Amino acid sequence: MPALLEVKHLKKYFKTGGGLLHAVDDITFTLEKGRTLGVVGESGCGKTTLGRIILHLLDLTDGQILFEGKDISNPSKKELVKAREQMQIIFQDPYSSLNPRMSVSETIMEPLILQGKLTKDEIMEETGNLMDIVGLAERFKNSYPHELDGGRRQRIGVARALALNPKFIVCDEPVSALDVSIQAQIINLMLDLQEERGLAYMFVTHDLSVVKYISDDIMVMYLGQMVEKAPSDELFSHPMHPYTQALLSAIPVPNIHNKKQRIIMQGELTSPINPKPGCRFMDRCRYASPECSEPQVLEEPLPNHFVACCKSNQKEEEEK
Amino acid sequence: MADNILEIHELAVEYHTDEAVIHAVNGVYLNVRQGETIGLVGETGAGKTTVARSIMRILQTPPAKFRGGSIFFQGQDIMTLSEKQMRKIRGDKIAMIFQDPMTALNPIERVGYQIAEAIALHDKVTRAESEKRACDMLETVGIPAGRYKEFPHQFSGGMKQRVVIAMALACNPILLLADEPTTALDVTIQAQVLDMMHSLKEKLGTSVVMITHDLGIVAEICDSVAVVYAGEIVEYGTAEHIFDHPAHPYTVGLFNSLPKLDSTEPRLKPIKGLMPDPTSLPQGCKFYERCPDASEACSAGVPAAVEVSPGHQVKCFLTGVNS
Amino acid sequence: MRKPVTKPEQKRKKSKFGDIWRRLKKNKAAMISLFIITLIILVAVFADIIAPYPYEQQDYSATYVSPSLQHPLGTDKLGRDTFSRLIYGTRQSIQLGIVAIAISTTIGITIGAIAGYYGGWTDNLVMRGLDIYQSIPMFLLCVTLAALMGPSLKNAIIAIGISMVPIPARMMRASILSVREMEYIEAAKAINAKNLRIILKHIIPNAISPLIVSTTMSIGMNILAGAQLSFIGLGAQPPLPEWGTMISDARNVMRDHGELALYPGVCIMITVLAFNLLGDGLRDALDPRLKN
Repeated sequence: MPALLEVKHLKKYFKTGGGLLHAVDDITFTLEKGRTLGVVGESGCGKTTLGRIILHLLDLTDGQILFEGKDISNPSKKELVKAREQMQIIFQDPYSSLNPRMSVSETIMEPLILQGKLTKDEIMEETGNLMDIVGLAERFKNSYPHELDGGRRQRIGVARALALNPKFIVCDEPVSALDVSIQAQIINLMLDLQEERGLAYMFVTHDLSVVKYISDDIMVMYLGQMVEKAPSDELFSHPMHPYTQALLSAIPVPNIHNKKQRIIMQGELTSPINPKPGCRFMDRCRYASPECSEPQVLEEPLPNHFVACCKSNQKEEEEK
Repeated sequence: MADNILEIHELAVEYHTDEAVIHAVNGVYLNVRQGETIGLVGETGAGKTTVARSIMRILQTPPAKFRGGSIFFQGQDIMTLSEKQMRKIRGDKIAMIFQDPMTALNPIERVGYQIAEAIALHDKVTRAESEKRACDMLETVGIPAGRYKEFPHQFSGGMKQRVVIAMALACNPILLLADEPTTALDVTIQAQVLDMMHSLKEKLGTSVVMITHDLGIVAEICDSVAVVYAGEIVEYGTAEHIFDHPAHPYTVGLFNSLPKLDSTEPRLKPIKGLMPDPTSLPQGCKFYERCPDASEACSAGVPAAVEVSPGHQVKCFLTGVNS
Repeated sequence: MRKPVTKPEQKRKKSKFGDIWRRLKKNKAAMISLFIITLIILVAVFADIIAPYPYEQQDYSATYVSPSLQHPLGTDKLGRDTFSRLIYGTRQSIQLGIVAIAISTTIGITIGAIAGYYGGWTDNLVMRGLDIYQSIPMFLLCVTLAALMGPSLKNAIIAIGISMVPIPARMMRASILSVREMEYIEAAKAINAKNLRIILKHIIPNAISPLIVSTTMSIGMNILAGAQLSFIGLGAQPPLPEWGTMISDARNVMRDHGELALYPGVCIMITVLAFNLLGDGLRDALDPRLKN
């Protein structure tokens, strides 16, 4: 049986005044039913763009997207409509992702109306069910988004994404705009839904503690490229790429007795416009040497643990 | 008491809108010692920023309205000062950093000049002197002095926040109010900025009030912690106290709702419900509707601060009972 | 759970407008303006009943009569009752304001929405066209158009409407550009909404409020432009009374009978001011986020 989602050598370049911006550069991964892939990286690394391309909210430059074995890289209008019923998105900002002039129930029922399979009464009933599932009380049916708090708004976003009963949802930083106590409520809701419906998530975030908690596998992106991908526990206990190591060491941990040694990276994110062929992290890397200016190959030094760094083997040996 | 540079007594601030009165700050007590970094932790709408803005006296009045309380800065009641006296304190003795570095810098002025201007405004030094000090300040926050003549748009977000910090620290303030200074930054940049703030604090001896919602940041750089809920400080103590023996159910709830890196639990433990509506706060303890251990006494009266151990205060009826 | 679909819908619609109305009611200036505008429109509609004399009735035995019980505001050089002519003049001015705005807004919204939503070369073409159009002074354009079509009230209205098109067009485009970037537009695409639905249901309702405000204010501007055209003889033709024409008529006798220019002048001022203040009030009322 084919995997739920397969992405092969996906590329997205934007033309800018300064040259070609490599937003997503040669990303390959597979996602099975009921699993969660975490995508982490700093702002501008292309993680959001990646999610948008898979849903065809942006056109791809090159590469292939297979959904349940079917190629949907360049879909016809009809194929796209069908594909989007299977794939949905939850946005980061619960303020700008809801139309301020539409009430809660109008927003949730819109996908059902557009699909056109149910009668009016059935749509009303289904809308009620959806609100129930995401934990929105019926009395909010006619409320407008600005009358609700961030957590409830995000629940509307989740309900809208669930309406068409998709198999795969791109979660674009769904909890970063929320307070911790509310964040936990939404994360639990998403985990419950995954369990009940066998949903697959692509969880895009910059919050590493959240991604560890929710993901089966984690992909680390840097300037449009995948630098490392591994099962969640493995990545946190054995980060191989120098960037992953620095990233993990930078998380502030709410524990005053466990002060980690931080790896402070030099410099700032360089520009993804017309990048040089070598390792894009080279300028900030403490292990950098001449061979890093060669193109980096994604290797699999341990089962299911991929890393794109010519130094990763060497370092392992050094540590031993 | 003598080494407290800031003492806040029963501060109460309201916002008056057409529809209702928002009770943003309801009787806050806070002391800041010389050289101390205190974390003001709480969720959106808890009143953290209002407290900071009250200290700076930069609240828009109306809609804001002081209902009571006093703020003593170096023994002087800030609330009674004239606007002219306040201007001398602002920026000179108390500086503030805001969350968004993009809006804090003038986009059409070179960054070095902006720092030099801040120095010249307060210290009445020559132009050359202020420029030299601005260069030093840039170096201090880790920006090469060679970038003195660049414009804000040529800097990345993390660099801009450093410039903002350099500007705030340029006049050697006694107290620095940092309102979520790293929230808009990426983790690796945040780590750089926090590290820098930490070493600057050691070097300059500035007291810092760090407003944040991130307990991780508090653990990194704060000496003591004040947990804010619905405009009240519900728990106050040293960082050790709060992190090792959190006593208020809200603080405990906050810790539990965080995903832990080493956790194997299948689900998080969120605090149920929402923050109470600040236009109609509950009668008794403001947390009792969400509290897992609430009893009838909690809805009847407002709990007073109880000292559970020296310097560790908790506003909860249950603290004595549980421990 | 199962209720008739229409019921909650009706309730909702009512509350949506109710909300705007509730906020507008709090603005005293806007409410007074609304009252004045309603009054002016009523006067325009019922001019035949209210006016004591027909507007063209002349009386050579009573020219330049001072205000009296028979002629509350006196008479002009042909002995026509000034009060009656002011009342009939309301019709022309209101027509000018409202019909011209309907023309410019309809054309403008369409052009602006197309340019804003599709972007790219469509946008470029439309905007450069508007740039050229706007490099011609607006009033000059008005005069030229009116003169080409021949002096009459109808032609003046068309001329004003056409020359005002760039204002709503630019406004609509700018508004759409900002709404187009919102995440809920992407969300609508993700649930397979078609372009037309996205424009009509998601973009326009959120982009329209600045336009409603500017439209209300432009009505005042149009009345002024109409008065100017009439003043130079390109608008309403005698004996049809129009406030601009009346000022123009009074021009020669300004020194002896200044009040004849003053009355229509005050009328224009009050009307324009009322529309502007109402526009201001609407701006605050239409945006629920400005509430606090």
